[in-house]
Amino acid sequence: MTETIDGSAIRTEQVSRSYQMGDALVRAVDDVSIAIRSKEFVALLGSSGSGKSTLLNLMAGLDRPSSGAIFAHGRNLAEMSSEDLAQHRNHTVGMVFQAFNLLPRMTLEENVELPLRLAEVERADRAGRVREAVERVRLAARLTHRPSELSGGEQQRAALARALVNRPTILLADEPTGNLDSATGDAILHLLQEINESLGMTIVMVTHDRDRAARFAHRILTMADGKLISDGMQS
Amino acid sequence: MKARDLTELAGRNLREALLRNSLTTLGIAVGVASLVAMLSLGVGLQQLASKRLSRSGLFDAVFVSSRVNRGFGRPSRPDSTAGSAKALDPEARQKIAGLQDVVEVYPEIRFPTEIQFEGKPFPTTVAGIPSSAKTDGAFEGMKGAFFSGLDVDEAILQIEFAKDLSTQPDSLIGKELKLRYAERQPLPPEPSAAKTKAGTRGSSSQAEQGDLSPGFSIVPHEKTFRIVGIVETEPATGFGGFGRGRLLIPLQVAESLRIAQANDLREILRGTASKPSYDSLTVRVKGPSQVKSVEDAIQGMGFTTFSLLDATKSLRQVFAVFDLLLGIFGSLALAVASLGIINTLVMAILERRREIGILKALGAADRDIRRLFFAEAGVMGLVGGILGVALGWFIGSALTFGTNVYLRRQELPPIDLSSIPWWMVAGAIGFSIAVSLAAGIYPASRAAKLNPVEALRYE
Repeated sequence: MTETIDGSAIRTEQVSRSYQMGDALVRAVDDVSIAIRSKEFVALLGSSGSGKSTLLNLMAGLDRPSSGAIFAHGRNLAEMSSEDLAQHRNHTVGMVFQAFNLLPRMTLEENVELPLRLAEVERADRAGRVREAVERVRLAARLTHRPSELSGGEQQRAALARALVNRPTILLADEPTGNLDSATGDAILHLLQEINESLGMTIVMVTHDRDRAARFAHRILTMADGKLISDGMQS
Repeated sequence: MKARDLTELAGRNLREALLRNSLTTLGIAVGVASLVAMLSLGVGLQQLASKRLSRSGLFDAVFVSSRVNRGFGRPSRPDSTAGSAKALDPEARQKIAGLQDVVEVYPEIRFPTEIQFEGKPFPTTVAGIPSSAKTDGAFEGMKGAFFSGLDVDEAILQIEFAKDLSTQPDSLIGKELKLRYAERQPLPPEPSAAKTKAGTRGSSSQAEQGDLSPGFSIVPHEKTFRIVGIVETEPATGFGGFGRGRLLIPLQVAESLRIAQANDLREILRGTASKPSYDSLTVRVKGPSQVKSVEDAIQGMGFTTFSLLDATKSLRQVFAVFDLLLGIFGSLALAVASLGIINTLVMAILERRREIGILKALGAADRDIRRLFFAEAGVMGLVGGILGVALGWFIGSALTFGTNVYLRRQELPPIDLSSIPWWMVAGAIGFSIAVSLAAGIYPASRAAKLNPVEALRYE
């Protein structure tokens, strides 16, 4: 299943996420309702603390909303058990982060293989799946290298390969170019664009770079103070 | 996650903090070693005691006496009727030998006498040794050999007696000695002459009552024996046999000598001198578990019996308590080691917080994280257990070695002070893994509950 009846891959309905900080209640995400269609490349734009990463984590199933509902392919994440949420993170979504989050003691190959281990994919099938993902990000020559032996751009591509290896339908990227120089960042975004077009994968990318969002995304959702303040389609 | 992947990841994680994890594992190993060393000492001592006791031949034996004696030096009951009591004679011996589970039945033959060796007289005590003694361990490690047959004129010397005979006891093997003894010979039945030939009979006043059987004469005899062995301990052959003879000869030969013994005089008074009877018989059964049934059967035949079965039961109880106490003391070190595991794994959670977050982001369930930490604790327990058993064996061997050095200086035979049976190896490793897993419960559940968003933020 890639989309629901209304055509959305992921949909939030009046989602809120609040934290208690001392006596104050902080509303990181405040009553946000959005629908992201299948195969769409969406940029979540906003300044620091606007709630965009929190919303992305809610979509990823890394966090639970305080209220409201989040549907991924029609299933409400807010009502899922922690076991089902783990399955959602493993099979339905792939994630890339600003800090790459590769395990430093593992080689590139082992890092990319990790989601396959968690999904209990047969050993015989793993090598082929890893090679396929690594070739897609053009990193096949670096299979035996550890993250410390890779450049920033290569590390992010490795993280991208790891996110793709389990063939998810949704790719969630949290500031994927935040730690990269401009050219390398552009290369990563081109890669995301290529994946979106060739694989038809839904992409939600958190960024604070309006120019890049405008250049690569089909649609820009802007957040401020936890609220969705604009939802603009790109031409 | 599959078990193989889990184990691989756990092994990889353990190798990452090699020094810390090695020290923790060493802590477990020391704990297991102390447990194994203590228990092996307990088991070793128990085996040693059991072996020594079984060598005494007392625990698979029933000692039988006639109810006339009420047995073993105790006074007769006022109501005892000597006349109605069954005699412990060759016929009774044969019947007892025919009972189920009875290996052999033999009388106690032990008498003080004198031997001639190289022209010199030596007073000593001679004991008849049954053929079964060869296999019951009493003669284990003896110099020379056991008797070559049941009715051979061969002798085994107890080491102290051998030292009396020669300053080089080993050189005695193969030499001959002459045994001088008093043989009991029956008198021909001469009722008319009985009253006058009272030299070896009861008093004339008793004889005049006319109800006494003929007595016997005592004739000095000599017989040559070849020394075939020298034994360190003094093997027991019957209930009265603690600290037995110093010169040992085959029981069958001893019986054929018809030695005059102390109870012969009593038999004259009872009028049973013409018919040989035994003071007591030793009945050897197949094993300690058969002692009770054989004892009951013999009692049913009208004889008094005695066995040391109850003594073995209480001995086993004492050793069970002893082992338990040693096990508890040994486990204390393992309990301390388990705190080390908790500490190491809690530290690992702090250090690997971000890694746990990444694993969760990639789809690891709480269960996977919990199992990963459990696997790490289990691997430490397994490795620590194996090392601990090896270390415990080494400690036990060192204690045995040290003890044997001391015993050798005291000119005593060596012993196995510690013993590590397979059940102890498996049990110690299993216990080590169980303790490690128990110690891993808290860290594992703490790691599993980590909030992935917070964990990913952790630098």
